[in-house]
Amino acid sequence: MSTRTLEMSLSTPGLDAQGQPSRVPLGVRLPEHRADQDDMGSEHMLINIGPQHPATHGVLRLVVELDGETVVRVVPHIGYLHSGFEKLGEYRHYNQIVPLTDRTDYLSPMANNVCLALAAEKLMGIETTERCTVLRVVACEISRIISHLVWLGTTGIDLGAFTPFLWLFYQRERLYNLQESWTGARLTTSMARIGGLMADIPEGFEAGLRDFCRTFPKTLNETDSMFTRNAIWCGRTQGVGVISGPDAINYSLSGPMLRASGVDYDVRKDRPYLGYDSYDFDVPIGEHGDIYDRYRVRLEEMYQSVRILEQALDRLEKLKGAPINVADPRVILPPKSRAMSDMEAMIYHFKQVMEGVKAPVGEAYLGVENPKGELGYYFVSDGTAKPVRWRIRPPSFINLACLPKLCEGVLLSDVIAINASIDIVMGEIDR
Amino acid sequence: MAASPSVAALQARFADAILRHEVSCGDTIVYVTPARVHEILAWLRDDAGQLFDYLTDITAVEYRDMERPLEVVWQLRSLSRKADLRLKVELDTAAPLVIDSVFDLWKGADWLEREVFDMFGVSFTGHPDLRRILMWETYSEGFPLRKDFPLRGHFSRAEQTRQALNANPEANYSLEELSIAEAYSELPADMKERLNQGERGGVK
Repeated sequence: MSTRTLEMSLSTPGLDAQGQPSRVPLGVRLPEHRADQDDMGSEHMLINIGPQHPATHGVLRLVVELDGETVVRVVPHIGYLHSGFEKLGEYRHYNQIVPLTDRTDYLSPMANNVCLALAAEKLMGIETTERCTVLRVVACEISRIISHLVWLGTTGIDLGAFTPFLWLFYQRERLYNLQESWTGARLTTSMARIGGLMADIPEGFEAGLRDFCRTFPKTLNETDSMFTRNAIWCGRTQGVGVISGPDAINYSLSGPMLRASGVDYDVRKDRPYLGYDSYDFDVPIGEHGDIYDRYRVRLEEMYQSVRILEQALDRLEKLKGAPINVADPRVILPPKSRAMSDMEAMIYHFKQVMEGVKAPVGEAYLGVENPKGELGYYFVSDGTAKPVRWRIRPPSFINLACLPKLCEGVLLSDVIAINASIDIVMGEIDR
Repeated sequence: MAASPSVAALQARFADAILRHEVSCGDTIVYVTPARVHEILAWLRDDAGQLFDYLTDITAVEYRDMERPLEVVWQLRSLSRKADLRLKVELDTAAPLVIDSVFDLWKGADWLEREVFDMFGVSFTGHPDLRRILMWETYSEGFPLRKDFPLRGHFSRAEQTRQALNANPEANYSLEELSIAEAYSELPADMKERLNQGERGGVK
């Protein structure tokens, strides 16, 4: 076996004594049958991107096999943020799982909280109050806008556009302030409870959100004018990372990834939850399944989310003062003052805190349309207050699995763009 | 709530391969025999009356009652008919956990099956690249989501630290990747041995 490692001559770069090109020693041996093709273009290079790289959007590691600058294949490695949430969930009461959901898709914690509550309510057969349902729609749509703003801002940076990032993050900050005034946290919101919510919206929240809905489309219009017909943006995104509709279904893609490929499927429309069928909004559908269409779909979804928020705000006005929690002392804690003065309320309080809310024997899967795609929670109960199995159907995880396919034969720089276009969040992929 | 009409169609088509069905919280669950699950899933995907073209999820469930078998679960959806169906097989945990892969039907099954393998130790026959996905390749504590796996893991914190410090930091590429990069000669002896035996990751 001949050795590939050659001494690099500092004085005469180019050819060595045998007339072979001199190379930086790689310490890699070439098999016998390929030793004679020792020119620069004959070997594949293996490069490692991540797990700590700004363009991988988290602790994702990609091992890329390159032929020149063309990608032969990509092998993603995940698990660096694995926290065992599904296992932890088996040791917790249903309400205690809510904080775990904050930490999965940490760009849309409120939407995760709502999904968990909905799945547990499906399992227990609980119907929430009208005001609670509308407030949960508000939470989901705020989360959608926040997540898409982060996506658009960071993807712009990946492709060299810095200015829209600042505009978009300013808008995200306005929503985070609203979210903080409601839940007390910018990230770990934990705002949903089985049968209701942790708290009603505070004074001034509706006015703040109305103001946001009024002014936010202006920023979107500006961003639209920066990107949509921008030659560099179009050149980097159009026709790159294409996946056809049938392939997208075969790869179980969901959310904007699926819709950009022309598949008209949105859980809010096709499997309505939270009364989404009573709101007037459109679902944007792409055509080419490339990065550009994913961008267009997500941009339009933000306009549509504003429409939903405006309708939800109108409904909230009519429901002022209505209860947010179901009147069921088995699942909702009594007010503290009653728990301290009334024997029955104290017993309910004690049972809920010590034993948790018991779910009947059975199982339930509930999927919602999260910003990243279809988030599903699957509970299996054996009749105790803790689930036997809590499965997260993670949209980012399943969408990321098609990255190797999208990257076949593209240039290395396109890998960054394609990876960005999937809109992943590692907290959810690794769970 | 009534069971999905797909149950009757399945019973008519596959007779005794359909073991039983139940309805829980409005979801229809069909239990089938492990040997014919691939055939049944292919039929559900392609039959003009079923068209379950979208594989929502694959997962597994193990119960706290150790007498109960482990279940592998396929959550199916028909995008055009807007219908859902949950298919289950029961596997005896005393025997090797083996089931057919549906990778040839749905590419989306790739990582989902790898995760079930990683977390529960179920082997999917016919999967082209069945190796751990969330845990690292040399992880040797077992399968984290199994009920006999304690919440804090089998090994003590000291043992976990010792193993982490003893790990070869150069062994960062999977066996698969090393074989394409021609970096085979750099491998530790035990990994070479495993590669020679045709192994692609995973724990015995």
